[in-house]
Amino acid sequence: MEAASKLDVEAIRADFPILQRRIGDKPLTYLDSAATSQKPVQVVEAMRHFTDHSNANISRSVHTLGSEATEAYEGARAKVAAFIGAPSPDEVVFTKNSTESINLMAYAFQNAAFDPAADPRFKLGPGDEVVVTEMEHHANLIPWQQLCQRTGATLKWIGITDAGRLDLDTVDEVITERCKVISFVHVANLLGTVNPTSQITRRAREVGALVGLDASQSVPHLPVDVTELGVDFIAFTGHKMLGPTGIGVLWAKADLLAAMPPFLTGGSMIKTVTMEHTTFADAPAKFEAGTPPIAEAVGLAAAVDYLDKLGMANVRSHEKELAGYMLDRLETVDGLEIIGPRVPIGRSATVSFTFEGVHPHDVGQILDAEGIAVRVGHHCAKPTCARFGVNATTRASGYLYNTHEEIDRLVEALGQVRKVFG
Amino acid sequence: MNLDELYQEVILDHYKRPRGAGLREPYEGESHQVNPTCGDEITLRVHVADGKVADVSYDNVGCSISKASASVMYELINGTTVDDALAKLAEFTELMNSKGQSEGDEESLEDAVAFAGVSKYPMRVKCALLGWKAFQDALVRAEASIPGRTDA
Repeated sequence: MEAASKLDVEAIRADFPILQRRIGDKPLTYLDSAATSQKPVQVVEAMRHFTDHSNANISRSVHTLGSEATEAYEGARAKVAAFIGAPSPDEVVFTKNSTESINLMAYAFQNAAFDPAADPRFKLGPGDEVVVTEMEHHANLIPWQQLCQRTGATLKWIGITDAGRLDLDTVDEVITERCKVISFVHVANLLGTVNPTSQITRRAREVGALVGLDASQSVPHLPVDVTELGVDFIAFTGHKMLGPTGIGVLWAKADLLAAMPPFLTGGSMIKTVTMEHTTFADAPAKFEAGTPPIAEAVGLAAAVDYLDKLGMANVRSHEKELAGYMLDRLETVDGLEIIGPRVPIGRSATVSFTFEGVHPHDVGQILDAEGIAVRVGHHCAKPTCARFGVNATTRASGYLYNTHEEIDRLVEALGQVRKVFG
Repeated sequence: MNLDELYQEVILDHYKRPRGAGLREPYEGESHQVNPTCGDEITLRVHVADGKVADVSYDNVGCSISKASASVMYELINGTTVDDALAKLAEFTELMNSKGQSEGDEESLEDAVAFAGVSKYPMRVKCALLGWKAFQDALVRAEASIPGRTDA
């Protein structure tokens, strides 16, 4: 059945102790990786080893532990940079999560508004435009919405077709010469759509706008090369890619980071400080005020190693096949309607659906009784829900450790939902 | 997990055949409540006359627990005195916060004791309380709008 998978899923599952858990008397079926992925022993072990052997603060001590910790932290940065095809590790800024990464970008524009000497690329005011899409996670909508409200710029967006794709026919119309920045989702967290990027990046160049991606759902699941994508910045988070919570990444081109004012200020991000004035360190330190998530960086590096070893092309191919199986099987369930693309092309293994007459909360509760973990609700994408006229959906999301058998269990359990609600 | 305990017949019945649903006139107080984690919503109106809850009308979208709870609430407080309704609100809230330790007093709470099982599921307690929260808020607004009732 799973011959098409290029991954040895049985061997992979053995690395994830939590997948052996039982919920009541049922085996856990974890289909909520789009919310957060599970972590392999390699990641937990790397963090434990670091904490037990080398724990110290970074970039300030001359002692052995301090230099080991600094080396581990900067090594993680280099590993992440290589993983996404970044020209230099100095272009990788560690943050708390994707949300903070995107806020860091948005605040570069907002802070530039107060600085007469700011780089014109970050100058935003009435008449200027910012573009997102209708399928954003709130993390890539609200920071831009707030920025526009505060600067007087106009927020515009690319709509969604009935099939759950970006309405690319409108790109030239939505992105005009007035546009200063476009930030759009690479893989949509509710719809599972993998967005083609070239048309938007080309248009961005035509109008001289900066362009970036919310890559939270793409970096964990498919090969991402920032140089190939031709974008100016991307944001993603550690915990969705087998790494720990508490660490995220902003990658941006070196010349942009150099031109951007800092977001958070304080320790570790300075060159010199007097009572009257401060000069800032170069990027990435300029954007990493305070003690950063050090053990988390070590964990993230171990996660990158794990993914690298499997090969992201293989991960993608496994999930593409899994997405096809999910769509096929779910389509057989009476009263189930898929919200998002119904074919496994340009699509991730994240499938949202409604179930006639049964609210997603109730679906999720009954699935939980069967040991199946899915996400229910609006998935922090209320405008997407509104676009499809629903308040909430049930979302099953697969990853490199999921099997056909688990999808079968989901489909069978949906029969149970029908039984309870008649 | 015992699903039958959560999805009791009486809850499913109120979910499928909600009592008192729909928005009606007249009313003195209206409240709109949302559950931001799941998107459930209710708009609820209260009509107060002669110290009584003369009508509770509502329009809601949501899961079985939140919809059934609003329906059960309607049966329990519609036509009672405001004081009695507030007592039921306090009693039901206490039941929902009991973490499965209380069965509820059927004499007083009637069908609402069916929600005792819900109190074991912290993620669902908010669903069960959404309608009651709307009632509480709408009542405050109603009392504020009635001249001479500044003690609210």
